[in-house]
Amino acid sequence: MAEAITFYVLSALILGFGVLVVSTRNTVHCVLFLVADFLFVAVLYVVLSAEFVAIIQILVYAGGIVVLYLFVVMLVNLKRTPEAYFDPRRAWRLGLLVAGAVFVELVAIVVYGIKSPVNPLRHVDAQAPPVEGGNVEQLGYLLYTNYLIPFELVSMLLLVAMIGAIVLAKRE
Amino acid sequence: MVDTLIIPLLKIIILLNAVLVAVTYMVLLERKVIAWVQSRLGPMRVGPYGILQPIADAVKLMIKEDLRPANADKWVFTAAPIITLVPALVVFAVIPFGSDINLFGRTIPLYITDINVGLLFLVSVTSIGVYGIILAGWASNSKYPLLASLRASAQLVSYEVAVTLTLVSLVLTAGTLSMVGIVRAQEEAQVWYMFVQPVALVLFFIGGLAETNRAPFDMPEAEQELTGGFHTEYSGMRFALFFLAEYANMIVISAVVTTLFVGGWLRPFPSWAALGFLDIVPGWIWFLTKTFVFLYIFLWIRATLPRYRYDQLMSLGWKVLIPIAMANIIVTAIAKVFL
Repeated sequence: MAEAITFYVLSALILGFGVLVVSTRNTVHCVLFLVADFLFVAVLYVVLSAEFVAIIQILVYAGGIVVLYLFVVMLVNLKRTPEAYFDPRRAWRLGLLVAGAVFVELVAIVVYGIKSPVNPLRHVDAQAPPVEGGNVEQLGYLLYTNYLIPFELVSMLLLVAMIGAIVLAKRE
Repeated sequence: MVDTLIIPLLKIIILLNAVLVAVTYMVLLERKVIAWVQSRLGPMRVGPYGILQPIADAVKLMIKEDLRPANADKWVFTAAPIITLVPALVVFAVIPFGSDINLFGRTIPLYITDINVGLLFLVSVTSIGVYGIILAGWASNSKYPLLASLRASAQLVSYEVAVTLTLVSLVLTAGTLSMVGIVRAQEEAQVWYMFVQPVALVLFFIGGLAETNRAPFDMPEAEQELTGGFHTEYSGMRFALFFLAEYANMIVISAVVTTLFVGGWLRPFPSWAALGFLDIVPGWIWFLTKTFVFLYIFLWIRATLPRYRYDQLMSLGWKVLIPIAMANIIVTAIAKVFL
């Protein structure tokens, strides 16, 4: 019961801040709401007893990536109103189509989740009970055994991205 | 009820007050130490040897007029000092101040919480503090604070990488991310990690100096270039909050160095039985003593070294500290596997 209340309050906050991010006029305020949003998502992870993911969420997104957003927002001149940036080539019909597709997909996931015998929305692995205070060891073990290849691929991807960024910056 | 609510709450209240008092006295200590280095007396007027100076300073800051520039962003300008100070205080939650003590028939651990990801918690919460500095400069709507905050945040983000990489090698050695666990690991190994990871200690301390914007890395508040740094437009209590955060961060860095590298609450040379009589001294006194030593080194460095140039600072961070930290990780990993 308490868990359900926490979940719904957190979800409301996350969605509310999400709406504020896209609806606020001042870009720096948008970025700040985004930080708050990420922090509440981290709290949601803690409630799900995924402490490691929560901490990484704060460290990488709130503490790293959004700081770079702030840099960009502060260094770029955004004095004009948002309408001044309107692009006449913007294909709103295509946008509506994509948004509709995403919406249908989300609805399908929920419907499938409720109908399927093994409910993925409520599926909890009975063999791995949540560990008190965190599960870093289990996560590390899984990453280096069952998910070794995806893990290495992701690290290669990050390396390529880093080299690409350096090459682009060096070109000047 | 008592164990889950009242005792932690009491611990939090005591800890917060202790930290805030320690911060105000750090300011006095800094002025005194720098004065001694320069053959002066330092503050002497308020109380004997100026011992009441922090109280006078606090009263002065509280009754000063609280100015806000006309074109400043009201909400962000107000929020920035708070965003800076809160993370600096929150991280004290995971720092273990001593081994368990018995008080009125209860065993009380001398830390607020021991989470499995303590070290990561520390790094991630400190990384939130950067926002306060960026936003303070931006919200002031003034040129010098904006330049200073850009410098400060670039510096913090760069050195954060080096510090985090350094911690990786330490975690490899200890085999745990919990702060209490790292002290226990040193107790088991019967050696302070300072002797196992000397390179990491030096890197972490240099990174800590840069993360707290202390000399010789106090670029963000270089008076000659930037009038006063990112808090130029702040006055009164809001300015005091930035100051509190800076000194609280110094205490955090010293406490973390103590926990990770100098054995936390353990007595010196835990492997020497001949020094067993030192166990009479409670662990938390060892902890505070070691933390004080590192705080003194902070002040000592400020009184001794001149300020870095900005480009030198960035190239030191990216081209020296980060490669050494990476090499240290590789060496640690190899040693861990083969030894």
